[in-house]
Amino acid sequence: MLEIKNLHAKIGDKEILKGLNLTVKAGEVHAIMGPNGTGKSTLASIIAGKEDYEITAGEILFEGKNLLDLSPDERAREGVFLAFQYPVEIPGVSTTNFMKAAVNAKRKHHGQEPIVAKEFLAMMNEKRQLVELDKSYLSRSINEGFSGGEKKRNEIFQMAMLDPKLAILDETDSGLDIDALRIVADGVNKLKSKNNAFLVITHYQRLLNYIVPDFVHIMYDGRVVKTGDKSLALKMEERGYDWIKEEVGV
Amino acid sequence: MSEQDTILGEHISSDYKYGFITDIEQEKAPIGLNEDTVRYISCRKNEPEWMLEWRLTAFRQWLKMKQPEWQNVHFPNIDFQSIIYYAATKKKPQYASLDEVDPELLAVYDKLGLPKEEQKLLAGVAVDFVMDSESVITTFKETLKEKGIIFCAISEAIREYPDLVKQYLGSVVPPRDNYYSALNSAVFSDGSFVFIPKGVRCPMELSTYFRINAQNTGQFERTLIICEDNAYVSYLEGCTAPMRDENQLHAAVVELVAMDNAEIKYSTVQNWYPGDKEGKGGIYNFVTKRGICKGINSKISWTQVETGSAITWKYPSCILKGENSIGEFYSVAVTNNYQQADTGTKMIHIGKNTRSRIVSKGISGGHSQNSYRGLVQVHKTAENAYNFSQCDSLLLGDKCGAHTFPYLEIKNKSAQVEHEATTSKIGEDLLFYCNQRGLSNEEAVDMIVNGYCKEVFKQLPMEFAVEAQKLLSISLEGSVG
Repeated sequence: MLEIKNLHAKIGDKEILKGLNLTVKAGEVHAIMGPNGTGKSTLASIIAGKEDYEITAGEILFEGKNLLDLSPDERAREGVFLAFQYPVEIPGVSTTNFMKAAVNAKRKHHGQEPIVAKEFLAMMNEKRQLVELDKSYLSRSINEGFSGGEKKRNEIFQMAMLDPKLAILDETDSGLDIDALRIVADGVNKLKSKNNAFLVITHYQRLLNYIVPDFVHIMYDGRVVKTGDKSLALKMEERGYDWIKEEVGV
Repeated sequence: MSEQDTILGEHISSDYKYGFITDIEQEKAPIGLNEDTVRYISCRKNEPEWMLEWRLTAFRQWLKMKQPEWQNVHFPNIDFQSIIYYAATKKKPQYASLDEVDPELLAVYDKLGLPKEEQKLLAGVAVDFVMDSESVITTFKETLKEKGIIFCAISEAIREYPDLVKQYLGSVVPPRDNYYSALNSAVFSDGSFVFIPKGVRCPMELSTYFRINAQNTGQFERTLIICEDNAYVSYLEGCTAPMRDENQLHAAVVELVAMDNAEIKYSTVQNWYPGDKEGKGGIYNFVTKRGICKGINSKISWTQVETGSAITWKYPSCILKGENSIGEFYSVAVTNNYQQADTGTKMIHIGKNTRSRIVSKGISGGHSQNSYRGLVQVHKTAENAYNFSQCDSLLLGDKCGAHTFPYLEIKNKSAQVEHEATTSKIGEDLLFYCNQRGLSNEEAVDMIVNGYCKEVFKQLPMEFAVEAQKLLSISLEGSVG
């Protein structure tokens, strides 16, 4: 589904990704861990198409298509979803209206008619329950006055509404208490299928107790330096990142 | 950032969609302005002697006045001697039905996006279509007549209802009020007259579509709306204009009078040609709009959506004289490219327990400048006056400007005045978030801007709100990155 080959990227003069390789297949959950400043969130932003970065080498293939040729909104309509670390607030635009526009943009892209109101409302109702989001949030302006946990739940709700092929969770667990973490993780687990894939970016092993990864990648200095199964995450938690630095010799 | 600028540039580069010109034979006044011009206009309109005198008095006052310079807009000196002050369509049709109307005119309706029968059948809107200086078509007159409502061209009112016109014309905006009101009083060509008698609730929205059509012709409308005790009217004013190279001066005067328990709702969607991408051409829109809440418990509500004109300079105001009277001002002002807008309101509290509410939403893109200027004045007599003002500015890009000039003059200690102001920007993060959900920049800007303006749009009648949203989309097309 997703194939990243020898990806190099910089912002200004600073090289952040230095030859990153990653392959994600449908039905898989990949976790990306690593210390601050190693390029985890940069990777998420680049896959989603944020324009601050310059790609200097390498490629990203998504379902065989060159992702770097597509605009951010085209990528989204093709099925790439990013759950933001810091979701923005949009005053005056309700989650309902926002989602309706988003769902219809995707439908149009795939040659479908706009969704009928009744069907849309039923879908909203079903999906919000996945993350125990109260109905009242849907008519409020997006994220305005939402707590950190509510914003993250709203991200997962939007993910459920848009049913992406590839979902990237950028430190979705940061700032969540244990209950919110469980709710978010439950939501993700319910959305998991053999047709989609998840890329979970996190600092902590904690989230991975709930969303169990098939692969754990350790990023350091702009590259994936080690890949293993879920036991690697536990090992990281126990021993810290210095262990990795020694083991891979950086 | 450069990427954002590019996208911004593209958005801002959308063309004026209503830039079409109709070819209907016209009769024009000689170029320039002197007493003879005023006499010519008065004569063309078959006006009585008193009206001519009124105009001439205004003209003599105007000669003594100076152009104001305090506003935050810049434009080259206007040569008042190079303007044609009157143009009328040559044929004077008196049609029984639309079938008899000049097909050219019907084509104008079509281009404006108005289904021919829309006003008649769907919306129940009577339309007094002012094409250039002459009212050419009036519908629904009969229905209104049954209720005693007068809705006609002001030139007709001058002939048919001289006592009403004498009593109220210039009573809210005296000719000497300002430079442009004096000019308008001298040379106004036409406009609407509305009279709602005691206890009558006007059963439909009254609407006028103005359109500047003859080259070099200043448009000087004069509108007068009177609501007697316990009467109600909602009036809609909407405008588009054909594309022109030269600047066109537009100086209208609108006067509203609300008696005891009366309510007037005045809504405007203004979309005159704003000039091209380089700021060439476009309409100068220098308007004086003022209403007086003369009676107790009366209410005047201005709602405006301003997307057009090279320069917009207007302050629809309320004089709150009657006890418990209410004044409202809801405004969305959009500027793009090199447009300039200096707009806002004046709320003059004179009576006891008077209340006013100001909601202003400015949106600036391109190299445009957008100013809110508002005065809240509470006189000694205005016990327990209350005002709430909210002035929000939204910036699209970093070459435009937003300014807020709130003035408060409070002479009664019991007054309660609240002012809130915000400035926000459609930044990269916000757009990226929307993009990431599958929305293009245009869809995102549309949605954000409409959300931002929601409070004002919901004041508009339904059909008008839809049109306003459309205009906003057109004005900001391609505009943000």
